[in-house]
Amino acid sequence: MGQTLFAKIWDRHVVEDLGGGTGLVLIDRVLLHERTGGVALESLAAAGRAVASPAQVFATMDHVVDTLPGRTDRTIMPTGTAFITATRDAAKAAGITLFDLGDPRQGIVHVISPEQAIVLPGLTLVCPDSHTCSQGALGALAWGIGSSEAEHALATTTLRVTRPKTMRITIDGVLAAGVTAKDLALHLLARFGSAGARGHVLEYAGTAVRALDVEGRLTLCNMATECAAFSAIIAPDDTVFAYLEGRPYAPKGALWDRAVADWRTLTSDADAVFDTEHRVDAADVVPMVTWGTSPQQAVPLGGAVPAFADVSDRDTAEAHGRALDYMGLAAGEALAGAAIDAAFIGSCTNARLSDLRRAAAILDGRHVAPGVRAICVPGSGAVKAAAEAEGLDRIFLDAGFEWREPGCSMCFFAGGESFGAQQRVISSTNRNFESRQGPGTRSHLASPETVAASAIAGRIVAPAALDTAAAEPGA
Amino acid sequence: MTPFTTLVSIAMPLIRDNIDTDAIIPSREMKTVGKTGLADGLFAGWRYTEVGGRVPEPGFVLNDPGYARAAILLGGANFGCGSSREHAAWALAEYGFRVVIAPSFNPIFRGNCVRNGIVPIELDPHAFAGAPQPLAIDLPAQTVTDAAGNFATFAIDAESKAMLVGGLDAIDLTLRRRDAIAAFRAAHRAANPWVYFDA
Repeated sequence: MGQTLFAKIWDRHVVEDLGGGTGLVLIDRVLLHERTGGVALESLAAAGRAVASPAQVFATMDHVVDTLPGRTDRTIMPTGTAFITATRDAAKAAGITLFDLGDPRQGIVHVISPEQAIVLPGLTLVCPDSHTCSQGALGALAWGIGSSEAEHALATTTLRVTRPKTMRITIDGVLAAGVTAKDLALHLLARFGSAGARGHVLEYAGTAVRALDVEGRLTLCNMATECAAFSAIIAPDDTVFAYLEGRPYAPKGALWDRAVADWRTLTSDADAVFDTEHRVDAADVVPMVTWGTSPQQAVPLGGAVPAFADVSDRDTAEAHGRALDYMGLAAGEALAGAAIDAAFIGSCTNARLSDLRRAAAILDGRHVAPGVRAICVPGSGAVKAAAEAEGLDRIFLDAGFEWREPGCSMCFFAGGESFGAQQRVISSTNRNFESRQGPGTRSHLASPETVAASAIAGRIVAPAALDTAAAEPGA
Repeated sequence: MTPFTTLVSIAMPLIRDNIDTDAIIPSREMKTVGKTGLADGLFAGWRYTEVGGRVPEPGFVLNDPGYARAAILLGGANFGCGSSREHAAWALAEYGFRVVIAPSFNPIFRGNCVRNGIVPIELDPHAFAGAPQPLAIDLPAQTVTDAAGNFATFAIDAESKAMLVGGLDAIDLTLRRRDAIAAFRAAHRAANPWVYFDA
């Protein structure tokens, strides 16, 4: 019987079978950020333990830092500075590479790791951050852990891991024009649910996945944690190799050739058996938006808030009613047309250069609706610099968007900055939980295109609807 | 870590599906770099009348005096979803919870519980909800028994059980295999030299 891609990577990293389904797994990369990484480094040092292999460990500032222009170590939340300085001091003491404030490479950990080629196909990579699954887009086994697990990986270069199950979702066909990786991720969440891949390594396959560029694959894999997956992974291919070649931490010369030859073997064998398999037709995927307080509560952009009867296989009556109350919506209400207070483009889901380009194409020559606060936070210093080099910052600023420094920002009110209570926000982020973007804030998740179009209209609209409205005389 | 064998406590019901770690401990309540000082922020968004305030919301179960000493929490499906922040487990432990019973857990949160001496028990919590009543948890036997003597058995993987019952430090355990790790890593490095930056 053939092997899955996951099994191939797992097998080459299992130091020892610890029994009971648990393996001692070699960890090739540990990534840290100032909110959960600083505490891990401090706790490790307090226990008198050293970082076993500092050269394999990288840290960045993203989760607490301000994103306002001219930022310093200070944050709106008075207690934030301590996270920044503690992480800086601990990283320096441990001898690990830190992408600090002011470093052009600084940014959101899951944006900068692919950018710098810190993540490579076939690696095991962990980070005390749930969205680490994003990095499976490059063919690595990358998963989120807690701070204690991070201490374990730092001290031992291993983790004790219960072997996850495997799931493959094959998406064949072609995504229609205007349908993005984000829409696909929300479609899968709506279909399979917020626990639909619980404990599984989820391999995305099929022609629609192969056709995605690396940035689209990162968006798709990013949201696997929202369906409780252990992680997500996509077999590395020429798209990935072309993306990685020449980047700072990628192997060079003969070593590059040797690595690529190895990476080409990292595919699920034709006769590999998965614990669970699903098939999805790309033609069924349309632009999506969430209506509730769990990412699974997503519907087509032209759809209505579902009645409980429509989702009773998924939500309890309590969860459905609670979400409606919190969001200030009624079952049957059309989502397109709901007035918004704010629009946010950013996060490890959708703040890469291609995301900003697609949003800018919609914003070019237009202006956000009166009263709408619109914010764009590039995912990294490199994204910001590249966007500015091609004039995207001018397009965002001229359209009335704020143009920020890189970081996680208002995906979860990093640094203490938040949207207001009962404010309705259309957001390119990954979580619409109660109070995620601010106490009482009502979040609707969508693609950057939909966020941009909605900012212009002042209400939730599809980009295509914006074009229609503009073409109508008097509209 | 305190070893866990048996526990008798009343069980506090908070049976909502998809309780996320932002709800368990909001970002704004994570005020220090350490692992302590988090109990007051536990469920802060639901527990207090105002953001950042400390006036108890009377309708929230954590403020019900009948459950004041509960060390067992009954939760809904996909408990602990969302952010990997271990602060959620630290806050629960500091408040005094030693057991969470829910139909299912988010995998990262579940691991964080085990590392902090909290037993995650996958069972339907509705069987134990209702009036406050003591439940007896026996981890070695993997049973939950209610006041009437009804009991249910639960599954837990061998590694998690051993860690919890023994109160073991995973890093200490793994470091005993230091030589095996070094040898394996050397072979891995020889076969995959592009993985390593300290060649």
